[in-house]
Amino acid sequence: MAEPLNTSTGHVPKGEHKGAFPPFQSQTFASQLVWLVIAFVLLYVLMLKVALPRVAKIIENRQKRIDDDIADAGKLKTQSDEAVAAYEKALADARARAQTIANETRESQATAAEARRKTLEGELNAKLAEAEKSITATKTAAMANVRAIAEDATRAIVEQLIGSAPSDKAVADAVADALKR
Amino acid sequence: MATDPIHQFQIVNLFPIAKIGNTEIAFTNSAAFMLTAVVAITAFLVIGTARRSLVPSRLQSAAELSYEFVAGTVRGTAGAEGMKFFPFVFTLFMFILTVNMIGLIPYTFTVTSHIIVTAALAITVFLTVLIYGLWRHGLHFFNLFVPKGVPIYILPLIVFIEVLSFISRPISHSVRLFANMLAGHITLKVFAGFIVLMGGSLGAIGWAGGVLPFAMIVILTALETLVAFLQAYVFAILTCIYLNDAIHPGH
Repeated sequence: MAEPLNTSTGHVPKGEHKGAFPPFQSQTFASQLVWLVIAFVLLYVLMLKVALPRVAKIIENRQKRIDDDIADAGKLKTQSDEAVAAYEKALADARARAQTIANETRESQATAAEARRKTLEGELNAKLAEAEKSITATKTAAMANVRAIAEDATRAIVEQLIGSAPSDKAVADAVADALKR
Repeated sequence: MATDPIHQFQIVNLFPIAKIGNTEIAFTNSAAFMLTAVVAITAFLVIGTARRSLVPSRLQSAAELSYEFVAGTVRGTAGAEGMKFFPFVFTLFMFILTVNMIGLIPYTFTVTSHIIVTAALAITVFLTVLIYGLWRHGLHFFNLFVPKGVPIYILPLIVFIEVLSFISRPISHSVRLFANMLAGHITLKVFAGFIVLMGGSLGAIGWAGGVLPFAMIVILTALETLVAFLQAYVFAILTCIYLNDAIHPGH
């Protein structure tokens, strides 16, 4: 505080100022105080009643808006979560149903194929049995022919060897005897 | 006259208002700048908040910033209960900041460069603390001077120091602001005076050499802008700290 005073005495030419260093001229104090009180009280009232409530309202509104928006966002998120869950459930159901249908189809197809296979097998067996029967018949016929040919041949051989034809009965017995062995 | 660094602090009576006894009450240049500050602050906040938009304009953003800056300071220093003094601290901060900033404009007057103004503000804070503290806590307010856990034999000394520091608060509170504003403005004016002095005495060379003090003024103006803000902030935060003592006197 002393320094500015020194500066003032150092730089100010004499007679420039009416009195002391301006901040210490006590005759100005009353005017300054009166106006300071007026200005400060006026500003305080203006701030308290007008300016600050306006700013506070704006900040409060914004905070409220932000809180509301966050709450809305939370609600929407719950909704979307529910939608996702429903979608996944539907997807799982559809998959299960598809699985069931596939299984049923496979089974019915398998049953049909089995039935067709059995029919075919039966037909084939029948044909086989028929063929076997005809083979047996042919064989029997052939065997009968063999006996007749053998009897003829035997008769012819014996006739050639002994000069007289054997009786039919003897030839038949001999052939039957030979065939038995 | 132009180079006199003290002239800028002169109080000029613009017109007289009243006369009480031998004391003349006048409308002065100081009063004009005080009222200018009041109008400027009110206009800043009212025009800034006129649109009340959700997404603020620049001016609204600045108004909200000043509000939240001071509110944050008060809440951080004096707690939630201190918010009842928020309008007071806000008024102090904005008033001091605005008159400091206006004072940086050439040819203006700096209201806070007068000790009577800063002293009046500091005493207002001091009395607010004292009266609120006594009203709120009664005689328990004086616990402020009796720290807990101090050995009984040095307690008288501690209490003496605490009382002394409490009483000297308004002095340091007011002189800090006053001296900062006064010294800063004198320095600016002295450097500005050098330019005129050099130009006047050395002619062309002097005017060329005047670049140096001019550069100094540019740098000092930046510094003084910082000081203008910082002193307003310091005044406000000290007010909060003192108010915190009134609200919570138990150390």
